[in-house]
Amino acid sequence: MPKVTIDDRTIDVPAGTTVIQAAEKLGIYIPRYCYHPGLSIAGSCRMCLVEIEKAPKLQIACYTFVTEGMVVRTTTEKVIVARQAILEFLLANHPLDCPVCDQAGECKLQEFYMQFGQYDSTLLENKLKKHKAMPIGPHIMLDSERCILCSRCVRFVDEVSKTHELGIFNRGDHSELLPVKGVTVDNPYSGCLADVCPVGALTDRDFRFKVRVWYLDKTESVCHGCSRGCNIEIHANRRRSHHNDGKLVARLKPRFNGEVNGHWMCDAGRYSYKRFESEDRLLQPLVRLTGKGQEKADWTLALSQVDEQVTHQVGRTGVAAAAVIATPDLSNEELYAVRCLFKQGMKIEKIAHRCPADPNGVEDNLLRKSDTFANAYGAGLIIGAPHTADPTVETILEAAGAGKLKTLFIVGDGLLSRYSAEALREKLKNVETLIAIQTHGSVLTELAAVALPMATFAETDGTICNFEGRVQHFDQAIPPVGQSRPLLEMLVDLANRWELKAAPRLPESCFTELAGSVEYFSGLTYSKLGDAGVNPSRRSAATATA
Amino acid sequence: MLKLVTKNIGIENSHTLAVAKANGGYSRVEKALALAPEAIVEDVIKSNLRGLGGAGFPAGRKWSFLPKDSPKPRYLVVNGDEGEPGTVKDKYIMIYDPHLLIEGIIITCFAIRSHKAFIYIRGEYDLPIARVEGAIAEAKAAGILGDRVLGHDFALDIVVHRGAGAYICGEETSLLESLEGKRGWPRLKPPFPAVEGYQRCPTVVNNIETLSYVPFVIEMGGQAFADLGSERNGGLRIYSVSGRVNKPGVYELPMGTPLRQIIYEHAGGISGGRQLKAVIPGGSSAPILTAAEIDVPMDFDSLAKIGSMLGSAGIVVFDESVSIPAALLVLARFYAHESCGQCTPCREGTAWMTKIIQRILDGDGRMGDADNLIRIAKNVLGNTICPLGDAAALPVISWVTKFRPEFEEWIKRGRPVGQAPIPVTHIGERTAVAV
Repeated sequence: MPKVTIDDRTIDVPAGTTVIQAAEKLGIYIPRYCYHPGLSIAGSCRMCLVEIEKAPKLQIACYTFVTEGMVVRTTTEKVIVARQAILEFLLANHPLDCPVCDQAGECKLQEFYMQFGQYDSTLLENKLKKHKAMPIGPHIMLDSERCILCSRCVRFVDEVSKTHELGIFNRGDHSELLPVKGVTVDNPYSGCLADVCPVGALTDRDFRFKVRVWYLDKTESVCHGCSRGCNIEIHANRRRSHHNDGKLVARLKPRFNGEVNGHWMCDAGRYSYKRFESEDRLLQPLVRLTGKGQEKADWTLALSQVDEQVTHQVGRTGVAAAAVIATPDLSNEELYAVRCLFKQGMKIEKIAHRCPADPNGVEDNLLRKSDTFANAYGAGLIIGAPHTADPTVETILEAAGAGKLKTLFIVGDGLLSRYSAEALREKLKNVETLIAIQTHGSVLTELAAVALPMATFAETDGTICNFEGRVQHFDQAIPPVGQSRPLLEMLVDLANRWELKAAPRLPESCFTELAGSVEYFSGLTYSKLGDAGVNPSRRSAATATA
Repeated sequence: MLKLVTKNIGIENSHTLAVAKANGGYSRVEKALALAPEAIVEDVIKSNLRGLGGAGFPAGRKWSFLPKDSPKPRYLVVNGDEGEPGTVKDKYIMIYDPHLLIEGIIITCFAIRSHKAFIYIRGEYDLPIARVEGAIAEAKAAGILGDRVLGHDFALDIVVHRGAGAYICGEETSLLESLEGKRGWPRLKPPFPAVEGYQRCPTVVNNIETLSYVPFVIEMGGQAFADLGSERNGGLRIYSVSGRVNKPGVYELPMGTPLRQIIYEHAGGISGGRQLKAVIPGGSSAPILTAAEIDVPMDFDSLAKIGSMLGSAGIVVFDESVSIPAALLVLARFYAHESCGQCTPCREGTAWMTKIIQRILDGDGRMGDADNLIRIAKNVLGNTICPLGDAAALPVISWVTKFRPEFEEWIKRGRPVGQAPIPVTHIGERTAVAV
């Protein structure tokens, strides 16, 4: 392992480490534009020039590999002048339209100018004109004048999405980033282009002008779009209620996790946040009183109706005619609470989570998984082993259609992506007491005797297991929308009414109990999961080999 | 006067195989193929043959950098993308003695154990391309190229690749990118082409002129070749002389011939009876020399010692009537136009410097402009991926430093002392006599 000294601090790093990486390990930040840890090295922006002892010229830290005894300096006069020079060059043709630029606040030109620039401009010349506000795809807007030609986006479409839509055309200062003629930047990962762009050249059309980034609060979360469980940040606008069309969640951004999603996320996941505050959210409980149609109700009435109607129905038709469908978009904690209340408390035997495959599921070699449920792995562990003969959603719906089920709880939104509204209407017509606990209004809430509005994953804490079994924690980003409540709370309330033992109300305590109850999670706590999650299946494999 | 690579120029049909053979063409192949490849490399190292494209790197040492144990094929890539303003030497070799070039390629490929060579020729060079392609066809038909070179157990194929008119593709790694069909952007180094060149295989990239001297190294032996030149600068080379001289042209002279001698004896002195003002000694990228600095031996090391460079040995002579700022605009514009745009300092710096010079010539200069030009050039210098940035920065630094009063005169008066106002573009085109 070569030993390198950077700014008088020494560190051992593996051979093949670059100076920029070694510096990062020491907590020394070397400014960079073209360097991106998820892409190949371009070495073209020259922002990361550093002084290396015995080298005649400044060297780029991103492409200088550490050698034994190397001495690097990142704060010498020469380096400071070079950084200022590069910034001066980059800004020579930059329009400086920060007041109307959506990148302002998270722009590396702004940041590095304040940190490493601060020179007085000597520029008297006119700036070049290039294309502005050019929609190059459904999600991405290009402003060539702001582009610093770092080529990150070109490398992204060449190396990551492998769709090759972008290129740098022309030469010299007339060089311009453009889509290849006749091509639209419409790949499943195109939103990442706005992430990799260090300046305001590529911005997200969905997010543009919605809210200034400095008003956003960032919450660490995990995407629920498919079983990959990409690590994300939920950016919420809590401080400017008149911005972002009055909504809270403004955008999702990928959060680095080398074991799961690297630096990326797919567009389907990225723009899925619109579900949180969409028009069709179930904002209030709905109840169907005898002899009347469905009405909006408050929680007290709704819960007492669940109590009354379920107690009555089960008393009349028996627990054998009752079933629960808990779809695997629920968190581990929620699934555990479902198990506590319905299986252990009410002694309902038929609890199903296994749904048919999503007809719209897409799988590729990068991130997307065809299993569009976020927590099928966890559901298998908690509700029932995936390959045992426990009832599937399909068998329960068959039984319901055949009139053999009178009481049915449907918890979670998962059925709607698997069955058409007509199919569900047909299959559920004989269920007398349907309790739908849903985030969104749908045919299920319409048919329900009682429909309870449930918080989405942005509105609660919890954990999910991705397709590999990695347990990942997500935080609550926004308060529950409307009158919706976290599932854990309403299950606790129901358990109290029925004087049954409930799972804890708080997700964290619930997880602790789960860890004591299901072997897979044993020894885990939220703090042990950390930011990146833990994969117990790998842990056991590691102990087995050890 | 001894001539080597230019000795057949002037003979009728010197580009044909018959004439070339009658004048010694391919006579050195037999001798070379009887030697061990390593012995040839050794001899070329001994000959002090330098890379005559401009960098002056010893040719034999470049060959010796090829990895000994790589299982990959090796390639020779011949750089005929002659684009340095003021340089017209490779063109003449290709037009008048393409078989000498092929002979050099055969010997070099044998020495480096390569069986495929590419000749990358500047796109504008119609006649040179036609002549080289014709010569290759003739050589193939005559069994000189092909599976058995002149009956020996050595196969060699040569492919001509036509460039698309970018100066940057004369830089060896962007030439390789271009040859691979990609955009001509220089590569980050290391790896150098000797390790990972064409298609990531070990590759030697040599200039046309360099390779054309290889047969003579074989013919006379490395030591004798080295003795023709000056210390560490072996043999002869072609000096392209242009500008305000009585006899502009290409002159093959020993390495280390004094610049004064080249200008006043070989090129016939300054035209129109005027006084010498300044000389670019080695292509436009070389820092300029004033009239007082021309007593210098024209070899790589001597010019480096006085802060300039021999480069491609394209000598451009300016007389007293030339406006230095106007001539510098021509160069600055050239580099801004030819900058590939990959790395920041060169892309932005070359264009910015051009705009400042243009503004000075437009009569809108500021007193700080001269200093600012030097500052910007120094910020480009040494901070770029390839040498184009240096090539653009060095002239600006040297011209503005050495002829500062002229720039300040323009800034103060809007036009140089005693000169009628002529549209700047015309001054430019007339002064920097390029190719």
